[in-house]
Amino acid sequence: MRKRKAKVFRPTAFSFPYLAVTLIFVIVPLFLVLIYAFRGANGGFTFENFRLVFTDKETLRQLGQTVGIAALSTAICLLIAYPVAYVLSSRPFNKMAILALLFVIPMWINFMLRIFALQSLLTVIGVKKSFGAAVIGMVYDFFPYMLLPIYTVLSNMDKSYVEASTDLGANPALTFFRVTLPLSLPGVISGVSMMFMPIFSSYAITKMMGDMNTTVIGAKIASLFENQNYGDYGYGSALSFILLLIVLVVMLVGSVLTRRTAKAPSKGGKA
Amino acid sequence: MKKTSSRVLLLFKWLILLAVLLAIYLPLVMIVVYSFSTSKSVGGEFGNFTFSLYGNLLKNTQLLAALKNTIVIGAVSALLATILGTTASVGIHYMKKKVKSVVDTASQITVVNAEIITAMGFFLLMIFLRDTVKIPVNFSLWWLIITHTVITTPYVILTVTPRLSQLNPNLLEASMDLGAGPLRSLFTVMLPQLAGAMISGFALAFTLSLDDFVVTNINSFGANVDTISTYVYAGIRKKGIPVEIRALSTIIFVVVLTALIVYNVIKNKKAKEGAKKA
Repeated sequence: MRKRKAKVFRPTAFSFPYLAVTLIFVIVPLFLVLIYAFRGANGGFTFENFRLVFTDKETLRQLGQTVGIAALSTAICLLIAYPVAYVLSSRPFNKMAILALLFVIPMWINFMLRIFALQSLLTVIGVKKSFGAAVIGMVYDFFPYMLLPIYTVLSNMDKSYVEASTDLGANPALTFFRVTLPLSLPGVISGVSMMFMPIFSSYAITKMMGDMNTTVIGAKIASLFENQNYGDYGYGSALSFILLLIVLVVMLVGSVLTRRTAKAPSKGGKA
Repeated sequence: MKKTSSRVLLLFKWLILLAVLLAIYLPLVMIVVYSFSTSKSVGGEFGNFTFSLYGNLLKNTQLLAALKNTIVIGAVSALLATILGTTASVGIHYMKKKVKSVVDTASQITVVNAEIITAMGFFLLMIFLRDTVKIPVNFSLWWLIITHTVITTPYVILTVTPRLSQLNPNLLEASMDLGAGPLRSLFTVMLPQLAGAMISGFALAFTLSLDDFVVTNINSFGANVDTISTYVYAGIRKKGIPVEIRALSTIIFVVVLTALIVYNVIKNKKAKEGAKKA
């Protein structure tokens, strides 16, 4: 009996093919980025690549501009998406299922074709390629991804909180800022995180909509690799490593915020 | 007094929704309108109403090749991702808590990471395999299929895992205790119950692959493999976008719009019928 048990197939083994793929195609590449970032031209360990990145004024400007575009686009998108999500989840609109669908349908259309369409429209109405046009492009492209999580949270929210607040005498504005808004924050955080970091890689949009000076850092990294020049891999990898640290910081902030907002309703309940 | 103010509020709400809908759809509508014109640029003089762009679309071999590549990469990688993701979900489901959390974190790496870093990692891996390990591989359609499989599999796992946790955890063990082998148990006991989630996972992986640009752009250097995304991007930067792209866009808009609306109308009807029965 014992002998048979030792041979028993464990269901966990079903995950082995996936684990192997993840190891080879996800973990190994990250190590390669790390190795190339700290490897000099002669193959030894060096901080030279990082020194080059931090002394390159153009790269630093692009990094700063990326954070600027990401913050500005995300803020504008949130300011448009939140009211739309709020209205869509309120009566009588919450009974019209197809209406909400119309707002997220673009998600299923190739983003490059949508950006092409938007760029054509902007050209017709006389908006030139510029920083502003690039921001409009980002807002247009990411809008459904911002809307969906906020809409989901708002429509699944227990309406009795709002009723209780109204019954207890709070006016609509107070009810919104003290009850609805805090309860919807997880959706807001989720929407922001689906937009802020991805903008760093959205160089297609800045190339198509922006002027010569408008760019995100992804373009810089892509151009270094497009040349297939070995000397540049170190620079590109160092830049990616820095980007990786930014990703980690953003994630950390996101998870701390999520944890805090998750606690908020119960705190409010006690008070 | 109260009635009129609530009416004004309702009107205001409609205005917000319609303004945003207009902003979303105006660019798309304009492309659709100009797909029936041979005007050099969208918004230019319309000229005669014509279907000639649709006819030319069938003659534009480069554009058709890009379309074919997009669909082949999307379908094959989504199929592989569905197989890999579903088996992974089943395996992860039976893991101990500590191991599970490590694997879950690892599976989220490509989801949360900046796509440019993931794309560059694939690029460096290919260079490493080709030039250092000396495996005879190179950037190709197959490489794109592999990379798309890797980035979409986590989404299949995210789709299948919730359904898996609703199932009776003893079913797989019961099946194996009764003498069925692990693969047979998987196919006859687990998969039929997961079919719905697997289809959703496949659809998600497929659309994510169709929409991908960064990974495809960086990993197709020298391979001469264009997808719709990289083809349009290259057109805007270099030789200009061929006018036929308007016809192709229109076809895609119409297909997506119809498919989604029909799907949702059927779903809502079923949900209503279900509610009536209950």
